[in-house]
Amino acid sequence: MELICPAGTPAAYREAVDAGADAVYCGFRDETNARNFPGLNFTREELAASIAYGKARNVQTYVALNTFMRAGAERLWYKAADDAVLLGADALIVADLALMAYISETHPRQRLHVSVQASASNADAINFLVQTFGAKRLVLPRVLTVADIAALAPKVACELEVFAFGGLCVMAEGRCSLSSYATGLSPNMQGVCSPASHVRYREDGEEMVSELGGYTINRFGADEPAGYPTLCKGRFHIADDGGYAFEDPVSLDVMEHLDALRAAGVTALKIEGRQRGKAYVAEVVSRLRQALAATPEQRPALLAHLRRLSEGQRTTAGAYEKKWR
Amino acid sequence: MAGRNLRITLGPVPYLWDGEAWRDFYFRIADCAWIDAVTLGEVVCSKRLHFTQPFIDAVANRLADAGKEVALASMAMVTLEREAMLTRKLVEASPWPVEANDLSALGLLSGRPHLIGPFVNVYNGATARMLASRGATRICLGPELPLASVTEIIGAASGADFEVFAFGRLPLAISARCAHARAKGNSKDNCQFVCQDDPDGLAVDTLDGQSFLTLNGVQTMSHTCQVLLAELPALQQAGVSHIRLSPQHCDMADVAEVFAAVRDGRIDAAEGEARLRAIYPDVPFSNGFHHGTTGAAWIPAATEQVPA
Repeated sequence: MELICPAGTPAAYREAVDAGADAVYCGFRDETNARNFPGLNFTREELAASIAYGKARNVQTYVALNTFMRAGAERLWYKAADDAVLLGADALIVADLALMAYISETHPRQRLHVSVQASASNADAINFLVQTFGAKRLVLPRVLTVADIAALAPKVACELEVFAFGGLCVMAEGRCSLSSYATGLSPNMQGVCSPASHVRYREDGEEMVSELGGYTINRFGADEPAGYPTLCKGRFHIADDGGYAFEDPVSLDVMEHLDALRAAGVTALKIEGRQRGKAYVAEVVSRLRQALAATPEQRPALLAHLRRLSEGQRTTAGAYEKKWR
Repeated sequence: MAGRNLRITLGPVPYLWDGEAWRDFYFRIADCAWIDAVTLGEVVCSKRLHFTQPFIDAVANRLADAGKEVALASMAMVTLEREAMLTRKLVEASPWPVEANDLSALGLLSGRPHLIGPFVNVYNGATARMLASRGATRICLGPELPLASVTEIIGAASGADFEVFAFGRLPLAISARCAHARAKGNSKDNCQFVCQDDPDGLAVDTLDGQSFLTLNGVQTMSHTCQVLLAELPALQQAGVSHIRLSPQHCDMADVAEVFAAVRDGRIDAAEGEARLRAIYPDVPFSNGFHHGTTGAAWIPAATEQVPA
């Protein structure tokens, strides 16, 4: 299986290449991609230099254009697609149906990957995108079990890529407006979720309170580290209970299912984390590269170290295991 | 006076109601003169289907006999083979037009007349134009879109009618995991249909007691109820032809009457809003998405100066 690695900066791009990525994905410095964070992403010049660095080492570059085109501003996305093609991107990762149509018509030889944000979660949906837009690969939403993926793979006419490590969306990707409900900014429209611009921490007696858009997302006791207030990973009151309503502050780790995913016919494993620093990217990529080559018996030792890098230092296999539902 | 052309549609009941209660709700809707079109069906969770399936033909026929345009909605998230089969069967065998709510239904419906529900992402005119060319006759836009986008989309896409979500708790997210079952100590696979205990959803408050969200099975909704009433003239100006009322556990026929009365200029938006607050009490209203801000916000209508 190929290892698809994140890069939020040219430095992280080089680290990912040097650490053993098969492909690196990145985005332009604007709302055309779903990690539109301050200080992240690539200018046209940086992308050109990065692609050259990757090509010289036989590593592919995927450009994420995975937000939905804002009505009236479609030119921004079309131009980003044109530029990515011109600069030699190996694949474009796209969620918006009209942007897929534009790419398939204007750049018919360009390899098109369907983003997880498109939320195609079954064979009919995937084959519709393959037939209509010539998509070559689809990134599966994190709503399927490994067994579901194994049942799906023989029915679809394209490669499948799955998220293997990093941040975990609890909600089906591309169909979540929780962030914009609280802050006005959403993954689909602005390329951000639970944005730092709307985060506030305040002390309340012994407790640290984390807020997003004025809503309390969590309260931490003196003995608890205060985590980032990602909306779906907060503690809330439901009836009399005050726990993690949707998911704990965990991150995704499906390395225990590597062999099953390979047997299921998955082409590529994706590491989340374009917002992460270059040291994190280097560490994760090299460990996962080793894990892919290792026997199942050797793997736990390689992966134990990796888990310490995870959000909240706790991980889950999420929807890949049926009991998570 | 606001426009008379806006037609009023009723979206699918998002919650799990007892089958007979669900049927009786629609029988009352059939007698409500203000509702022009009704989209029926289980959109949120395939496990719930057997509750309403025995009544769906009777309900659809009763609504059609009463002169309503009837459509059947496909599910918003299709992952299991059983769900994929149900979607294919719906598309192949439905006696009524189908409203697509995921990409599988969209693909299967290509080339024949159909509707697009709010769970298909339509964020721009180019997408709407493409869907219209593939057979979409009416597109219900997602509630996250601001008026500026609604205006742009309709301006860029001819050949389809456009519908906007004007009343109801906002569908904000859907998950493979059932937070509703989890909140009651169950998993999705052994959920015991606990969502049926909450016919208007289960409140999610912050630890500081702020009302925030609502659980509805695998769906997460807003706590607030979106109300676009003072906005009706602007919506009509933008080219919107239909407004969607999403059923809450209140008298939806009365809700429809209020929207019709404001639309037709029999009462003003302020009076309509006051009436809605009496019909659906204890739930704050929001309209922030429409105004391009946080979805939970309530932007009061500008008080217009009446010329002397």
